[in-house]
Amino acid sequence: MGGLVPGISTIAAPIDRLFTVVLIVTGVAFVLVEGILITFLVKYRHRKDRRATFIHGNRTVEATWTIVPGLMLFGLAIFQYGTWREAKIAFPDESRAQLVGVSANQFEWNATYPGADGRLGTPDDLAAPINLLHFPVGVPVIIELQSTDVIHSFFIPVLRVKQDAVPGRPVRVWFEATQSGQHELACAELCGLGHYRMRGQVTLEDPAAFEAWLGELAARQAGG
Amino acid sequence: MSGTTELSFIRRYVFSTDHKVIGRQFLFTALAFFTLGGTLAMLMRTQLAWPWQEIPVLGKLLYGNTGNILAPEAYPALVTMHGTIMIFFFIIPILSGALGNFLIPLMIGARDMAFPRLNLLSYWVMVPAFLVMLAGFFVATGTAAAGWTSYVPLSALPDMIPGSETGQTLWVISLMLVGTSSLMGAINYITTIVMLRAPGMDMFRLPMTIWALFVTAILVTFATPVLTAALILLLLERSIGTLFFTVGAGGQAILWQHLFWFYSHPAVYIMILPAMGIASDVISTFSRKPLFGYKPMVYAIMAIAGLGFIVWGHHMFISGMNPLLGMTFMTSTMMIALPSAIKTFNWLGTLWRGDLHLTAPMLNALAFVSTFVIGGLSGVYTAATPVDIFLHDTYWIVGHIHYVLFGGSVFGVFAAVQYWFPKMFGRMMNDGWGKIHFALTFVSFNLVFLPMFILGAYGMPRRIADPYQYDMFAPLQGLNQFMTISLYVLALTQVFFFVNVFYSLVRGKAAPSNPWQANTLEWTVSSPPPHENFHKVPTVYRGPYEYSSPLVAEDWLPQDRFVDGARPPAVPESPYPAASPASD
Repeated sequence: MGGLVPGISTIAAPIDRLFTVVLIVTGVAFVLVEGILITFLVKYRHRKDRRATFIHGNRTVEATWTIVPGLMLFGLAIFQYGTWREAKIAFPDESRAQLVGVSANQFEWNATYPGADGRLGTPDDLAAPINLLHFPVGVPVIIELQSTDVIHSFFIPVLRVKQDAVPGRPVRVWFEATQSGQHELACAELCGLGHYRMRGQVTLEDPAAFEAWLGELAARQAGG
Repeated sequence: MSGTTELSFIRRYVFSTDHKVIGRQFLFTALAFFTLGGTLAMLMRTQLAWPWQEIPVLGKLLYGNTGNILAPEAYPALVTMHGTIMIFFFIIPILSGALGNFLIPLMIGARDMAFPRLNLLSYWVMVPAFLVMLAGFFVATGTAAAGWTSYVPLSALPDMIPGSETGQTLWVISLMLVGTSSLMGAINYITTIVMLRAPGMDMFRLPMTIWALFVTAILVTFATPVLTAALILLLLERSIGTLFFTVGAGGQAILWQHLFWFYSHPAVYIMILPAMGIASDVISTFSRKPLFGYKPMVYAIMAIAGLGFIVWGHHMFISGMNPLLGMTFMTSTMMIALPSAIKTFNWLGTLWRGDLHLTAPMLNALAFVSTFVIGGLSGVYTAATPVDIFLHDTYWIVGHIHYVLFGGSVFGVFAAVQYWFPKMFGRMMNDGWGKIHFALTFVSFNLVFLPMFILGAYGMPRRIADPYQYDMFAPLQGLNQFMTISLYVLALTQVFFFVNVFYSLVRGKAAPSNPWQANTLEWTVSSPPPHENFHKVPTVYRGPYEYSSPLVAEDWLPQDRFVDGARPPAVPESPYPAASPASD
C-alpha cells in the first residue's frame, strides 16, 4: 500500500505527509477493529454449554472510547489547518509569481499568458493553442480560472492541484512545480458527453525555456 | 372495526392500508430496482474495462442504433441512473419503506400505523415516481445525464448534454414525487412511534431498529423539503427561464450545490442509520447477549443525525466556496466519525463474551460492521481538506461511498431480509444457501470496491467514460478489467439470494412464531402476523435485549413476558386511547 501518485510541487510534500498521517491513524484503527472482530468470532463462537455473559455495558469503557477518539479526531482536524491555509488561502506574492489565465469550456482548456504589461485581460495577452499549457518550474504560478459554460474542474494530479471552474465565478488557484516534465491536466467534474476527453497537455519547464515558449507565442501572434 | 373478511382482493393486496402489505410492496419494488441499478452498473463497468467495444446481449438491446456500442452521451446517463435508482428507488425504499413499514407497528406493539391511509398513499405516490423515472429510458434524448447530483448549469441547460433535455425534467418530477412519499412515510413513522407504543414500551425500551427508523424519519422531515425546494427551482429554471442559478443575473450556480447537499448529506445517514439499527438487533440476538451500551448507541444515532446537518460543505471543498468555511466543515466532518466509532466499539462489546450463532443474517450483520469500518475510515482522508484536494471527485470517493452504501446499507438489507423473512412470509429462508450467498458476496464485493482506493490514489476521476485517453491512467486498465470481472461474479452471486427469496416464498419450511428465540414483540405473534397484528395489545416489562438473563433458564426473555423479580412496567396503563389505528 503506497501513497498517492508521486507529487512534484511544493504543496505535494505536506499533503502527502498528511495522507500518511491519516493512513497511520486509520490503519491502526482498522487493524484493531478487524482484529478484535475476528478474534471474538473465533473465541466466542457457539459451543454446546456456553452461555453469554449478562452485561449491558460499562461506563468507564464508554467514556474512554468516546473521549480518546474524539480528541484524536479533533486534533487531526486542527492538524490539517496549516496545509489547507497554504494551499488555498495564503497566496504567494503576485509580483514574483507567473500569472496564467485558464478558461474552460466544453471540452477544452484555453490558457492565456500576460503580455508585456504583465497583466491578464489586456489586448497584448498571449493565447496558447487549445489544450496546451506551459508552466515554469521553481516559480509560483497563479491561475485565474474561469468557465464559460458548465462546471469543469482543473486537476493536475502530480501537482496536487484541483479547483472547480464555476461559470460566472472566476477563482484563483496556485501551485509551484519543482520538476520539469510532461504531464496531463484532467477535467474532474462531469461536464457533458465529452468529459472523458477534456484533457490538457501540461509542460513544466525551467523559466528560460518557458520564456522562450512565450516568445514563440508572441511571434506567432504578431505574425498573424 | 376491522372487516378483514369483507375486503376485496384489490383492497387487501393492491390498495391496502395494512402496514405489512405496504411493507411487502415496497420490498418487491425495491428489489426489482436493485436488479435494474445493478444492470446499469455492469454496463458502466464493462465500458470501463473495455471502452467502446461491442457489448454482448444488452448492447444489442439498448445500443442497437450505435452498433451495440455505448455512445459518449450514454455513459453519463448510466452513471446518473445507476446512482439515482440505487439511492432513491432501492436503498431508501427498502430500508424506510419496506422494513420501516413492516417493523414499526410490530416492534412497538401497535395494530397498525397511526395514519393507515397516508401510508397507502406513500406507496402509491412512489408508483408514478417509478414510472416517470423509467420513462426517461424511452425518450429520444435519453435519461438524465448530469450525475445523480445534477449540478447546474449542466442539468439546467438542455443544450449542454442530451440528457438535460426531456430526461432531466422527468428526473426532477420523479424525485419530487419520491420526496413527497418519503415525507408522508416519515410523518407517519414519527407519529406512530410517539403515540402508539404498547403499555410499558418506554422510549428507552425500543429496539435499536426502531430508534434508527425514528431518527431517520426526523432527518427525512427536515432535509427533504430543502431538496424539494431545490428541485422546484431547477424545474422553473428549465421550464420558464428563471435565473436562480445563473451568475450575472443575480443567481449562483453554487446555490444548487448547497441546497442539494443540505438534503443529500443527511440522505447518506437516511441510508445508513436503519442498517445500523438492524445490525444492532441482529448482532444482539445471535450473540445471545444484551446490546452493549444501549443508551450510548441511542445517543450516537442522535449525534450522527445532528452533526449530519452541519457537514454538507465537505462535498464542496474545491467548489470555490470560501476556503475558510472548508475548515469548519472539516472539523464537523471529522467529529461525525466519532459517533460512528462509538457504535462500532459497542458492536464489538456486544460480541465480547457472547455465544455467537453464525447464521446467514448474523454473518451479513457482521459484514456490515467490518465493511462499514472501511467506509467510515476512508472518509477521514477526504474529510482532511488538504488531502481532499487530491482525492475529491476521484475513484476514492466512489470506493468510499460504496463501502458505506453497499458494504453498510446493502449488507444491512441482506441481514434484515433474512432475519425478518420468516415473520414477513411465514416461511424460513434456506440458511445454507444464505451462507453461500454471503461468502461469495463478501469476497467479490471487496474485489470490486477495494481497488477503487488504488484508482483514487492514482487520481483517476469518476464519471470518465474512457480513462485510457490519459497516459497517466492507461496503466490502470488491467485493474479495471479485474474489478469488472469481479462485479460480474458479485452480480451472479445475487441470483442465489433471489432464488432463495422466491423459492422460500412458496416452498420454504413453515416458520414458527419465534424462530430465532428473539425478545422483541414481533416474535410474539404468529408468522406472518394476523391482520391488526396483536389479538391483545402486549404489555412490555423490559428492554429488547435481555438475552442470557439470570432471571430465566432459557437464554432469551421476551419483552412482554412477566417474570417474578422483573421490574414492573414503567407505565402500567397506556396514556393513549388505544394502541390501534383510528379507523378502517
